[in-house]
Amino acid sequence: MFRYRFIMICLTLLSILLLNATADAQKAMSVQVKESYLRATPSHLGKVVAKASYSDRVAVFEERGDWKKVSLANGKYQGWMHNSALTNKRIVLKAGQSNVATSVSRDEIALAGKGFSDEVEAQYRKNNKNLDYDWINRMEAFTVSPKQMEDFVSSGQLARGNEGGKP
Amino acid sequence: MNKLTWRAGIIFLILLLLISCATVETMTNVATEVAVQSGTISRSQGDSISKSTRAVSKSLEDFTPEQEYYIGRSVGATVLVKYQGLANTKANSYLNVLGQTLAQASDMPELFGGYHFLVLDSDDINAFATPGGHVFITRGLIRCCRTEDALAAVVAHEIGHIQLRHGMRAIEKARTTEALTILAQEGAKSFGSQQVAQLTQSFGGVISDITNTMIKNGYSRTYEYQADAAAVVILRRTGYNPGALTEMLGVMDKQLKPGGTDFAKTHPSPQNRIAELKKSGMSFTGGETPAVRTKRFTNAVDLR
Repeated sequence: MFRYRFIMICLTLLSILLLNATADAQKAMSVQVKESYLRATPSHLGKVVAKASYSDRVAVFEERGDWKKVSLANGKYQGWMHNSALTNKRIVLKAGQSNVATSVSRDEIALAGKGFSDEVEAQYRKNNKNLDYDWINRMEAFTVSPKQMEDFVSSGQLARGNEGGKP
Repeated sequence: MNKLTWRAGIIFLILLLLISCATVETMTNVATEVAVQSGTISRSQGDSISKSTRAVSKSLEDFTPEQEYYIGRSVGATVLVKYQGLANTKANSYLNVLGQTLAQASDMPELFGGYHFLVLDSDDINAFATPGGHVFITRGLIRCCRTEDALAAVVAHEIGHIQLRHGMRAIEKARTTEALTILAQEGAKSFGSQQVAQLTQSFGGVISDITNTMIKNGYSRTYEYQADAAAVVILRRTGYNPGALTEMLGVMDKQLKPGGTDFAKTHPSPQNRIAELKKSGMSFTGGETPAVRTKRFTNAVDLR
């Protein structure tokens, strides 16, 4: 009797273990920011290889400090992304669009555009008409090109090593 | 098989699982289950362990960067009720290039909507950073800066607050739990209008928790000192003079008006901040700012 229970528990635990092991072999992650870039080197000044968008899935195959070497679009592109742009959760862009929600637990997915979203903001603005979102939109439109930044760094005799957290 | 071997086998398996499990929660749940099965702990003890792990994991980390971005937009819109943006393209462009350069050297270089910087048209000495990456610096505070390096210190301090998630930490615990509970109800379904109303109310609470702390009362001294320390690290990574922070605080000390509702109220005194930097070995002197940086700084932010 004991022996039978022991074997059953062992088998269950081993299968959980194996599941984890296969998941670790090539870890999949999601892009958690509006847009980010895959770069040729682990640095924000590295040459851009491809653009990644919110909810894109990437496969991680190398890690160096705060950077991960990933492949995007079934291996079509490969490059480095910073940790802060990635999450272990799977991001679902539109509810009902995928059956993901039924196959994984709620803790492992994040629904884009849900929760505190533009819908909630719109409602909040209706109730608080004195708030100034015009300047927010104007400041969000300020962009800085990689070239501008590069010129700024080199003409200002600034350093470019050590960036993006621990190298 | 005797009981001892049986237990030894279980313990061995727990160890294996500890190594392989992906999250602390799964790990705790499995370990708890095994402990209950083997009779090491009772079922009710096991349940309470699982429950408390879940409560702990329902934390700030459960807000996605997308949600922090929306929180940040409304926090910023509240700041802009008190202060107007300065419509000076030259100053704002300069501040944005400088800010982006520093943000990329921080521990949190990528945010959902990225970092954006704006000069506020006010003589007050003040600055704010929202969880969504909106950073505001008043003209009055820029006037405390004599060099680009000093302004970099000011901006890096604000980025420090974002990196350390001080804004999000100002949300009251009960509110975080409430908001995350509503968020968890949804599953894959869309929200109904009642839930949107509920969420909007919770959202309003989050915004006022953050703005009350940020604009009215100020963060704790500890948070300010942490942001100063983070600023010095960012300055060193980018090649700015790390002593620029101490230098700027010295100028600010002379310009702050007692009784003001700006940094005079919300921050520890510059003297105390300098003392804290010294204590933690983060105060540097004698660093130099190349002429080219001072020149472009004066050229871009002539805000008298």
